[in-house]
Amino acid sequence: MKQFLESETFVICLTLIVFFCAQVLQARLKWVLLNPIMVSIAIIILILTLLKIDYTIYHQGCRQIEFFLKPAVVAMGVPLYEHLERIRKQALIIIVSQLTGCIVGVSSVVLVAKLMGASKVVILSLAPKSVTIPIAMEVSKVIGGLPALSAAVVSVVGIFGGVFGYLLLKYMRVTNPIAQSLAIGTAFHGIGTSRSMSISQNFGVYSSLGLILNGIFTSILTPYMLKIMEHWGL
Amino acid sequence: MIRQCLIILGCLGIGELIVFITGIKLPSSIIGMLLLTLFLKIGWIKLKWVKGISDLLLKNLAFFFVPPGVALMIYFNLIMASFWPIIVSSFVSSLLVLVATGWVHQIMRKKTNE
Repeated sequence: MKQFLESETFVICLTLIVFFCAQVLQARLKWVLLNPIMVSIAIIILILTLLKIDYTIYHQGCRQIEFFLKPAVVAMGVPLYEHLERIRKQALIIIVSQLTGCIVGVSSVVLVAKLMGASKVVILSLAPKSVTIPIAMEVSKVIGGLPALSAAVVSVVGIFGGVFGYLLLKYMRVTNPIAQSLAIGTAFHGIGTSRSMSISQNFGVYSSLGLILNGIFTSILTPYMLKIMEHWGL
Repeated sequence: MIRQCLIILGCLGIGELIVFITGIKLPSSIIGMLLLTLFLKIGWIKLKWVKGISDLLLKNLAFFFVPPGVALMIYFNLIMASFWPIIVSSFVSSLLVLVATGWVHQIMRKKTNE
C-alpha cells in the first residue's frame, strides 16, 4: 500500500482530483475566497499528513507538473506580442506607471518586512509578491527566497485584491478606466485580471498588460534593487 | 503539436543557455518569453503556430502552482515565526503598488491629453 501511495501516478492523480474538485466547487459557489489554488494546497497538505507521505516523495512525483511553470511563462510571450501595438501607442505613460508600480512594490514590501523583523529568507520570498505566481516563483528562486512562500503570499494578496481592488481605487480617486485596470493587473496579477475580465474585455486586456509588464520589470530589476537597498544599509 | 512544443521549449532552452553563459540574474523563462515575442514580431514564428499551446498553458496555469505550493508544509514553522511581518508588509505594499500605478498613470494621461 505504501508503495502505491508513494508512486508518481498516485500523487499526480491526487493533485488532479483535488484541483478538479476545487475548481468545480468555486464554479458552483462563485466564492472568491475559495481560490482553487489555495484550497487545493490546503487539502493536499492535509491528505499527505494523514497518509504520512513525506513532502519530498510528493515533490518527486509531481516534478512533471511543476516543470510546466517555465513553458507557461514563455507562453506569455503570445499575449505580450498581441499587446505590442497597444504598448507602442502609449509607451511612455504605460512604461513609467509600470516602473513606478514595480519599484514601489519591491522596495516597500522589503522595507516593511525588514522593519517588522522578518528573517532574510522571508524578505527575499516577499520581494516579488506583486507579480503573477509563475514569475514570482522564478524570481524568488533566482534571488534565494522560498518559491512556495512567494506563491502563497501572491495568492493571498491576489484574492484580497480581486475582492477589494476596484473599491480601493474608487476610494483613492483613480477614476480613469485604463489607469484602474492597469493598476489592478500590476498589483493583483492573475486574480485581479480575472476580476477585470468579468467587468469587460477591455478592462481585462489592460489588466493582463499590467500583469505581464510588472512581471518582466520585477524579474529584471529585483536583484539590483535588493543590492541597492543593501548598499544603503536598508 | 510537435512544432508548438518545440517553439516553446526552444525559446526556454535558449533562455537557459543565455543564463548559463552570461550568469545573468534573470529567470530563463522570462528570457524565453521575450524571445518568443521578438520572434513573433520579426515574423520568424507565426502566431497560429503557437496560439494553441499558449492558450492551453495559460488557461491551466493555476494547476501548475499546486505542487510547488504544497512545499508550504515544510516551511510551516518559518512562516509562523514571521506571520505578521509577512501579512502586514505584503498588504501595505500591494496597496501602495495599486495607488502608485493608478495615480501616476492617471496624472500622466491627463497631462498628455491637455
